[in-house]
Amino acid sequence: MALLELQDVVASYGSRRALHGVSLIVEEGSIVAMLGANGAGKTTTLRAITGLVKVQGAIRFDGRSIAGRPTEEIARLGIAHVPEGRGTMSQLSVLENLQMGACLRRDPKAVRQDIDRVYGYFPWMKSRLEQPAALLSGGEQQMLAIARAMMMRPRLLLLDEPSLGLAPIVVRGIFKIIETINSEQGVTIMLVEQNARIALKSADSAYVLEVGAVAVSGLARELARDESVRKSYLGY
Amino acid sequence: MLLSANPLEGLEQQIVFGIASGSIYASLALALVLIYRAMEAINFAQGEMATFSTFIAWMLMTTFQWSFWITFPLVVVLSFVGGVALERVVIRPVERAPILTMILVTLGLFSIFNGLSGLIWGYTIRTFPSPFPVSPISLGGVAIGFQDLGLIGVSLLLLFLIYLFFSRTKLGLMMRASALYPQSSRLLGVRVGWMLALGWGLSAAVGAVSGMMVAPVLSLDPNLMQSVLLFAFTAAVLGGIENPFGAVIGGIVVGVLLALVGTYVPHAEDLRLVFGFIVIVLVLLFRPAGLVGRAHVTRV
Repeated sequence: MALLELQDVVASYGSRRALHGVSLIVEEGSIVAMLGANGAGKTTTLRAITGLVKVQGAIRFDGRSIAGRPTEEIARLGIAHVPEGRGTMSQLSVLENLQMGACLRRDPKAVRQDIDRVYGYFPWMKSRLEQPAALLSGGEQQMLAIARAMMMRPRLLLLDEPSLGLAPIVVRGIFKIIETINSEQGVTIMLVEQNARIALKSADSAYVLEVGAVAVSGLARELARDESVRKSYLGY
Repeated sequence: MLLSANPLEGLEQQIVFGIASGSIYASLALALVLIYRAMEAINFAQGEMATFSTFIAWMLMTTFQWSFWITFPLVVVLSFVGGVALERVVIRPVERAPILTMILVTLGLFSIFNGLSGLIWGYTIRTFPSPFPVSPISLGGVAIGFQDLGLIGVSLLLLFLIYLFFSRTKLGLMMRASALYPQSSRLLGVRVGWMLALGWGLSAAVGAVSGMMVAPVLSLDPNLMQSVLLFAFTAAVLGGIENPFGAVIGGIVVGVLLALVGTYVPHAEDLRLVFGFIVIVLVLLFRPAGLVGRAHVTRV
């Protein structure tokens, strides 16, 4: 079943059009990768979904139309978005960042359990709860951003370039966590990546964007095998 | 002017006067800091809003003969609701406007509230009943009025409650996050606009407390809080404009300095306003983050 569906979505920054009619489907329970060069519209697609940019066209989440709704109301429906730059609340402590993720929940017991689960994924966090998030390294901030999003108990998790600026070994660790979140907790994941190789390894299906429109799409393993796609769009 | 001390009395006595009047600056400075943290702008109407609240309290106590201790909490709650409503109606349309627009709007509110107070209650100077007994007590040879002790106590209590609210409650955390990181907060489902409105409500309530504390000392008229606002602003800048602790410490420092300047510098009564500005300029020149404020840490 489609959890998220975009149909001919057009978005602009001022007079510059960034998306020229993007259509895509995210199946419930899957991991979907969105690939493409710089400026292809990957980030804008995520921003369109959570209402951070004005859109035309249809966006449906769980059968409900969400295009044009305010960001906070879209988030409340169960969409967590880790934005470009990770949205780290750098002056707040690590624990406060996690608490903010759960700030709308009214089940304190389950929230505490979820915090414990986060320590299970990221053991280093437990000893650094009182530190301001600004003091974390880039990889740690990325992990904190994912953990904060998980505290919302979302149905759909949007990740904008989780590998950006991180060492390869850290990137592998983060993608492992992403796969675990997907398989253990059944969270549907849509991620934007420039690192096509690693994204295609984790993803079930993928969309390749080019100048604000979908150029190629298909199952991730098929796209990874297709040499012409790899050469012309993915650059590896 | 505020709690003008008898120049013949000793240094200790001047310091006590200074701390008491400084507590008044501190409480209004707290209100300024609360708004500043929420929207990074000074609310120039803070003092006039407080005066308006104080007039409502005066009306309830004189016209309806209510006791101070019933009036006080009621006016605090009314001011909170009024502050929230004001943000929703007046500030919300300019929420995303440049900072200058916001400041001009608060200057407009200054005139509106000042005019309203005058229109409704007139420009006659009124006495405002004090909740504290007038008789002083003596501590080690220094006379301290219950009035002074009350002012100091109320300011410290306010600071403590605000500290608890922002550091220990979920709502306080959500307000801090919304002010610093509006987009991240929205993505977590926080209704950021309402958090700003709560900030206005909170600071209007704190301002009302400040007004009801100062009115018995200064007597009530529509311009009650204008000089207080200047020194509260000095206190907030001195302590670090984003820091509630700084606001209280700054308030007390300004109060004591003013008392000392008033006693030992000839013709100082005329120089008090100038003195406020001198402190502001010196702080901004040499320690822009304030005495207690710290520069923000980031790692990139």
